[in-house]
Amino acid sequence: MPVSVRVRLGVLLAVVVVLAGVATAAVVHASGRAASRADDQAGGPAVRAGQISLTATAGGGAAAGERLVFRTMGWGPHRDELVSVPAADPAGPRTASGVRCLRFHAAGGTGICLRRAPGVVGESYRAVVLDAALHDRRDFPLGGIPTRSRVSPSGRMVAWTVFVGGDSYADSSSFSTRTSILDTRTWRLDGSLEDYRIVRDGRTYRSPDTNFWGVTFADDTHFYATLATGGQTYLVRGDVTARTVTTLRSNVECPSLSPDGTRLAFKKRVAGLPADAPWRLTVLDLRTMRETALAERRNVDDQALWLDGRTLAYALPGDYGSDLWTVPADGGGSPRRLTTAALAPAVVG
Amino acid sequence: MYVADTRTRPAGPGTTPGLPAPPPATRAPASRTPSDLARRAVPATVLILGAVSLITDVSAEMVTAVLPLYLVTGLGLSPLGFGLLDGIYNGASALVRLVGGHLADRGRRYKSMAVLGYGLSALCKPALLIAHSVAGISAVLAVDRTGKGLRTAPRDAMISLAAPPEAQGRSFGVHRAMDTAGALLGPVVAFVVMRAAADGFDAVFTVSFCIAATGVVVLLLFVPGRGPAPAAVLSPEDAVPGDPMPADSMPAEPGPAEPGPVSLRAAMGLLGGRELRRLTLCALVLGLATVSDSFLYLMLQRDLDLSVEWFPLLPLGTSASFLLLAIPLGRAADRFGRWAVFLAGHGGLLIAYGLVLAPVRGAALPIGVLVLHGAFYAATDGVLMAAAAGSVPARLRSSGLALVQTGQAGARFACSLMFGAAWTAWGDHTALAVAAAALAACTVAAAALRPARSAPDQGRQPCP
Repeated sequence: MPVSVRVRLGVLLAVVVVLAGVATAAVVHASGRAASRADDQAGGPAVRAGQISLTATAGGGAAAGERLVFRTMGWGPHRDELVSVPAADPAGPRTASGVRCLRFHAAGGTGICLRRAPGVVGESYRAVVLDAALHDRRDFPLGGIPTRSRVSPSGRMVAWTVFVGGDSYADSSSFSTRTSILDTRTWRLDGSLEDYRIVRDGRTYRSPDTNFWGVTFADDTHFYATLATGGQTYLVRGDVTARTVTTLRSNVECPSLSPDGTRLAFKKRVAGLPADAPWRLTVLDLRTMRETALAERRNVDDQALWLDGRTLAYALPGDYGSDLWTVPADGGGSPRRLTTAALAPAVVG
Repeated sequence: MYVADTRTRPAGPGTTPGLPAPPPATRAPASRTPSDLARRAVPATVLILGAVSLITDVSAEMVTAVLPLYLVTGLGLSPLGFGLLDGIYNGASALVRLVGGHLADRGRRYKSMAVLGYGLSALCKPALLIAHSVAGISAVLAVDRTGKGLRTAPRDAMISLAAPPEAQGRSFGVHRAMDTAGALLGPVVAFVVMRAAADGFDAVFTVSFCIAATGVVVLLLFVPGRGPAPAAVLSPEDAVPGDPMPADSMPAEPGPAEPGPVSLRAAMGLLGGRELRRLTLCALVLGLATVSDSFLYLMLQRDLDLSVEWFPLLPLGTSASFLLLAIPLGRAADRFGRWAVFLAGHGGLLIAYGLVLAPVRGAALPIGVLVLHGAFYAATDGVLMAAAAGSVPARLRSSGLALVQTGQAGARFACSLMFGAAWTAWGDHTALAVAAAALAACTVAAAALRPARSAPDQGRQPCP
């Protein structure tokens, strides 16, 4: 009845050989698939190397006028690079910069690039401040996976948000965010908005479960962002000089301020929607505090970008990972695809 | 190892089926005397269970290490919604643990329950390849945790039943050290696979599954099956002549009523026994003052203004210290008393709180805190199981251990909620100072609550 040790060791060896084969095949397959991504994908957007400038004048050979700069997601040698397209022809040929970023935003001649920097024993990420020619000016370590980034309209202030994994020992499935604000003139870095004083209903509020994400700048001192605590999200208005944030309203995530500073586009958690797709793109008028639901009826998990005073751009999942879409900010019209295989856009020039 | 051999062999013909001989590699040289070995060796079953835990933890921590990245960059999801599920699932997880513990005792199906638990978790790895939504991934993680809940108490019962009474602390120490080693290796393996597979998350999940499946196969092939083996070790009638403390194996059992009922009522009736009731109560009281790891790391990070790059390394510091100290402190528990070491561990945690609160700052501070934090786990995690094993009859071992674990986990969860509320009301430092005061009080109370050495059934206590 008892099986001898020799037999059992034999069985174990056989099983290990089979499983090792499966594991090796999986790694080889994934590696081969990655290699094939270096080849241009048929039907994908055309990309060619060139120079990109974040201002209207600098940079040789760049097309004049307004342009969109974003991370291109299509397979090929320029995958994940920042590319530029004329705003008038967003689906047209892309000019690739050679600069790779996971997340990006730019304004006033300053770019913020959240970049992956493989370390010795693990993944690490860095926030890199770019000048108008996309050269690195200074970089900072990040404590987690990049998710949002914004530059103030003048180009002086920069903010970013990363996801920080919970400590794996206690509960591996809890996550938090960390949002930082950087002054590129003084290089003063506020590592975490959680160090700011929170004012809720006129009183100082503190809690260990506070999380901030999605900064949008009004000017070089004031900003809006999302605060989450106690299972609730709030729109907060922040002051970099006073180091305070004040709650304004609940259920507002990833705000994005319109160019004229009067409206906020944000993702609103709508009751009754599925738990894994709860958000609708919504615009809040800051003068009347009235909300307008937009014509986009799909779940949007992005910090929207104002292309101009009337149109919003945002990312939705697509064949190449993510596509950019637009929708009118007044609640009318209908969503239109701006371009495929793109993420994290900014309007420059 | 040798000790386990000699103990299981004479168990008689009726007990041999399904009982495997130990692997040759673990057989001790014959020249050593059993008592000599008893001081050093741990039973083969404990080593095998340790290997299963090590392998499984490599697999589990591989997934943990890449999951946030997978959610954000692979699936484009916001992981923030995940935290909300945690609280809800905590309650269900406690229930699963009790059920797993109880079912394992019925018909001594420790191994079957362990196989079910490890198997469920292994199957979750390929399931991650299919689940592409927050709801789907949450469901997979919930099943994974169900597997963990089901297997923990039966596995600890197998360890305690395989180890001789005087080596309980050491055996749990060895198991916990192997377990933690796996947890430390997992992220490294994940990183290597990610590099080789050029960010192929599917490759990471597949490799993780293969490793987990190997763990299940090792468990199936090498851990003794149903009943007789472990029971033979500890039931008084099978005690080996020359065993230093033969009667100790059944400390809380009132008389030779070994083949008693293994009903739910009997399991709940365990708390009627003074020994286990006090132990559970003490673990519960101390758990109420144990601030969760994440709070401690958060305070360290805020107070020391640690660079964000260092923050992910804090849990590794605790794990490394746990890994290095688990065996020495397990041995110390066997020698100086499990309860004493358990309380001393909480004393160490108290000092760690004190260091965080103290005005002194410097590079050595986080190191000191993390070493003490790991020492706290090394002195309490396996040691509590070793102490509890001595208070639970063999036939209800798994139920009893599940009861103690659940009580402690529930108390720690309650502490997290209270600590969060205290932080909100008074700020982080005051909250930690209150927690430290509570921990000091609870440690003193637990020391006082501990049954007196002169208690009637104390003579049965293996190694107090």
